[in-house]
Amino acid sequence: MARGVTISRKSVNTIAAGVLGLLMFFPVLWIVILSFKTEGDAIKAPLEILFGTGWTTESYGTVQARSDYFKHFSNSLIISLGSTFLGLLIAVPAAWSMAFVPAKRTKDVLMWMLSTKMLPPVGVLVPIYLIFRDLGILDTRSGLVIVLMLINLPIIIWMLYTYFREIPGEILEAARMDGATLREEVVHVLIPMAIPGMASTVLLNIILAWNEAFWTLNLTAAKAAPLTAFIASYSSPEGLFYAKLSAASVMAIAPILMMGWFSQKQLVRGLTFGAVK
Amino acid sequence: MATKASRSAARLMISPAVLLLLGWMLVPLSLTIYFSFLRYNLITPGANPFVGWENYYWFLTDPSFKAAMVNTLLLVGGVLLITVAGGILFALLLDQPMWGQGIIRIMAISPFFVMPTVSGLVWKNMFMNPVNGIFGHLAQALNVQPIDFFSQIPLLSIILIVSWQWLPFATLILLTALQSLDQEQLEAAEMDGAGAFSRFFHIMLPHLARAITVVILIQTIFLLSIFAEILVTTNGGPGVSTTNLTYLIYVSSLLQFDVGMGSAGGVLAIILANIVAIFLMRMIGKNLDA
Repeated sequence: MARGVTISRKSVNTIAAGVLGLLMFFPVLWIVILSFKTEGDAIKAPLEILFGTGWTTESYGTVQARSDYFKHFSNSLIISLGSTFLGLLIAVPAAWSMAFVPAKRTKDVLMWMLSTKMLPPVGVLVPIYLIFRDLGILDTRSGLVIVLMLINLPIIIWMLYTYFREIPGEILEAARMDGATLREEVVHVLIPMAIPGMASTVLLNIILAWNEAFWTLNLTAAKAAPLTAFIASYSSPEGLFYAKLSAASVMAIAPILMMGWFSQKQLVRGLTFGAVK
Repeated sequence: MATKASRSAARLMISPAVLLLLGWMLVPLSLTIYFSFLRYNLITPGANPFVGWENYYWFLTDPSFKAAMVNTLLLVGGVLLITVAGGILFALLLDQPMWGQGIIRIMAISPFFVMPTVSGLVWKNMFMNPVNGIFGHLAQALNVQPIDFFSQIPLLSIILIVSWQWLPFATLILLTALQSLDQEQLEAAEMDGAGAFSRFFHIMLPHLARAITVVILIQTIFLLSIFAEILVTTNGGPGVSTTNLTYLIYVSSLLQFDVGMGSAGGVLAIILANIVAIFLMRMIGKNLDA
């Protein structure tokens, strides 16, 4: 940076951006605060809540006791991890072969895979629902693992493909010339170079699967309902529920929010399919 | 370097992914098209006779279809307007030198990671509730009539909630694009006497044009399928004032059990999404060649 930046200009920038950042973040901050209040306090005026009321963790206990929160939490965990790793298992070989042994049609195949992602979920809601009903996998975790794996598979393949393509093929050839067997080539050269890209892919897809709220709402009832569906049950509440809703929401978004902070850069690449890097 | 053996190995490695996606696309898609020509309701079992275009006719002439189309366009258009304009401003601001940039950016993009059901319910209750919400308390403090968001301006309320979720996405992508801008070009323009205004319109905006198009296209794909936010806040109401196409199809297929009608709607949703998808695919395809 050749341009000098004055302290005052930097301060103005910091304040302006800080205020905007805080405004965007405020709803999250607010439910963290409300989650530590009693139900009676949580509906008071904002200033009174901040300065005139005590703090308590009772809502967290209530949420678990009343609705078996951890069952839904583990459903979310199983569904998002399961669909991501199952997807990885299928996507790694595919992305691998397209990146390292490109054929004439590789580009067409990639574009076609992407086009499946453009299919609006509601367009296939009826048949998927009926197929699930007939197979008896409505409201099961394995059913959701399959669906979420399928809807995220194009993103996983695309992300892996763009990462793999950045690994220079010459390195592999050099290893081969030095007499490395295929096994050695994969274990000692390819995998170490591919791990960062694979880790980002996994991270982004866990986030997407965790927050997916069309299929998880429509294909589950009680048994397999992940957090998205559990939180939705607060749309028809009885009595005061702000503190409970806040506590449940905080627990539902906290892990994924932290993962999101670590994967900002990958998010851009993954969600734009490499169109913006 | 590709030998015949490695080619066939490659084909073998790619086939599970291709077969799965092919099945995922073809089976439900052809079933949707097939169902859309049947009189098929889950409540009235028995034969499902072929009825030709009847479902399409009833779906298209239903007044709620017209309302849903208008709502869908307003929802998508409104959110795009807010997020693109806001995203450009945010990205320009965050690109400036400042202290604590990392933490500020983290705060600004956080809403994107909040699950849709949480953001819908939190905004509805903690903010937009006219009695107990923050906006309600604010109106009381200022001694004005509080707005009853979901009965007075239901669609706008949903637009605001969804915009809050998607503004970070636009910001992050535009910021990434902005950071790849050649600083020397900007400095040269500044030295030649170009003001901040003309630097923005003649250098930055053309540079951002591509990223903006990508933001618009990708968001449109996702915004056409907004569902959870509507389900937990308004259930499509009052009346059909917040029913978008996705929600209308959900109502006719899973609440009224009308498989035929829901499928006809589904086919229409697919066509609509495809119009957008064609443009998006073309842009991404171009990038693949580069």
